[in-house]
Amino acid sequence: MARLSEDNIRLAREIIGRYPKPRSATMPLLHLAQEQDGYITNEAMSHIGELVGATSAEVYGTASFYEMFKFEPVGKFLINICGTMSCALLGAEELMHHAEGRLGIKMGSTTADGKFTLERAECQAACTEAPCLQVNYRYRYRVTPQELDALIDDLSSGALDSEIPAHGTVAKVRQSIPADRGVGAVNPDDVTEGPAWLDGKAAL
Amino acid sequence: MSGGTWRHAPGFYEGDRPRIVTSRFEYEDSFTLERYLATDGYKGLRTALGRPATDVHDEVKNATVLGRGGAGFPAGNKWGLTPQGVWPRYLVVNGDESEPGTYKDRLLMERDPHQLIEGCLIASYAAGLSQCFLYIRGEMALAQERVAAALNEAYAAGYVGKNILGSKFSLDIVLHWGAGAYVVGEETALIESLEGNRGMPRLKPPYFPAAMGLYGQPTIVNNVETLANLPWLLQNGAPAYTAIGTATSPGTRMVAVSGHVNRPGVFEIINGTTTFRDLLYGDEFCQGIRNGNDLKAFVPGGGSAPWFTPDQLDLPFEASQVGPAGSMLGSGAIMVMDSTTDIPRAALTLTRFYAHESCGKCTPCREGGTWLERILSRVVDGKGTDADLDQLFEVGESICPGAFPHASNEKLGLAAVPFPYRMNTICFVGPSAYAPVHSALTLFRSEFEARVTKRKLISVTAVGQ
Repeated sequence: MARLSEDNIRLAREIIGRYPKPRSATMPLLHLAQEQDGYITNEAMSHIGELVGATSAEVYGTASFYEMFKFEPVGKFLINICGTMSCALLGAEELMHHAEGRLGIKMGSTTADGKFTLERAECQAACTEAPCLQVNYRYRYRVTPQELDALIDDLSSGALDSEIPAHGTVAKVRQSIPADRGVGAVNPDDVTEGPAWLDGKAAL
Repeated sequence: MSGGTWRHAPGFYEGDRPRIVTSRFEYEDSFTLERYLATDGYKGLRTALGRPATDVHDEVKNATVLGRGGAGFPAGNKWGLTPQGVWPRYLVVNGDESEPGTYKDRLLMERDPHQLIEGCLIASYAAGLSQCFLYIRGEMALAQERVAAALNEAYAAGYVGKNILGSKFSLDIVLHWGAGAYVVGEETALIESLEGNRGMPRLKPPYFPAAMGLYGQPTIVNNVETLANLPWLLQNGAPAYTAIGTATSPGTRMVAVSGHVNRPGVFEIINGTTTFRDLLYGDEFCQGIRNGNDLKAFVPGGGSAPWFTPDQLDLPFEASQVGPAGSMLGSGAIMVMDSTTDIPRAALTLTRFYAHESCGKCTPCREGGTWLERILSRVVDGKGTDADLDQLFEVGESICPGAFPHASNEKLGLAAVPFPYRMNTICFVGPSAYAPVHSALTLFRSEFEARVTKRKLISVTAVGQ
């Protein structure tokens, strides 16, 4: 299953409908494809191209710019250890070496059983809680080597499966605009007037 | 206030100070509509809709709400830069927080998403913006979930969408999320990304997307914290807002202090008067340097900012004083290095970041950033020569020609070179790769010299010579 599923096509159409231009939905749709398959396949990129009116090369052009999109399978758990200044000042390098030793792989690679991928990440906006890491984009703060071992044990045993979805799913909650409440996309091709509330009077 | 001291996101300390944007942070359910409404939520919106849009715009202008994303441009003035008679106009919210050291927008989105939504509504109403896109950094799963859930609640309750609160004001807020690219925090790159393209900054002019932005239309790009100020401002009025802080830097601002301090944390501080010494050593803030060590240096405004040393501790958090002193306040992020810090290695962690995040559009940044990283790595690993140190300045000069800003230093007999710098690139990523190298090498050259082999570069003319 590499093209988007029926359910995801429905979702994709809903997302496309929120934007004045379909191309704007490219990244949300790439996320949807990654959620479905764990990474982005060529078939998914051509399908997204069909949906937003772009060639598959254009979709790949966009996708390949962004760190989070993967074009080959990664582990069920992607462990991103931050290595930027605040984390580096408080032991990020040691943590990375420890993780490499524990999992028996180098940064940037995946364990043979397909469970874990290790990556060196850049600043994750948790600088006061250094050193920090993310597992599938969920934070762990002030991580010691011992805590990292315990985390890997818990991930291996499935103890954290309810908190941390498999790689591909980022947010577990989606926006959904009720049909009777939504205004609809404001397309510059159709709208050339200023909004109604700019009439010099109070709106209420 | 009730709610105890429970904190979902660690690191936030409320203290005994006026709070504008973090007032709900100690509530466990601070992100729900129920809690928001019970704590004056959406009252600012109601006040705004009860007045003509131009009045609301004037209120924000009078309060001089400085942009909190880095450049510090007043929001009310930014909204006024749109060309007359060109419609529709859009609001794009910059929630792509990724500047090294910066940690505030994520908290505001996770802990008080309705406050941000209310800010978006007020801004759109005041500036006549027809649709809002809220762009959240890709790696922030929880922030995306909290904002999505809050938007769903707000739509259902009539605060967002058609005829808000039964008025003639209608607005869709569309949640959009990125996929990992620091440069997308630059506003024109953000717009490119939102159009479904590679997130590369656009050529300037036009200097502001307010003239030409999303789909070529006038577009206001505002930072999360900037917008989060608006509900309080509308509810309490510009005079109450300007009563806090100083005339040139009114209100409060969020600052994250990380690194070698006893209590790293995120604080909402009074703008313009709080000094770096207060922040690093004050009891209500970071309580001093760890292990009783001496302070060696600190980055005052996010990874892009030139460094300060203890000489600058008494400067206040005020752009008009920090600029002439040779640095910038940027996005409210201080990173502290104590006396045990290996300065060349610390500089490398930042330079590597910017070299890695270069989008590749401008040659001085694409090539220069990588060169800086490679040369610096070599020096850190003990494989460099003294010629490498000059080479670092030479590469930096090709990114930022002329004198580069740095702080004064009494011990070294250095006078400050004021901010800003000239640059050969479209955006600030390239200069940011140079800033840590330049500061470290200017202020701590002996640490580099101790690491390199003293030798002249041999010019190779022919084999056997």
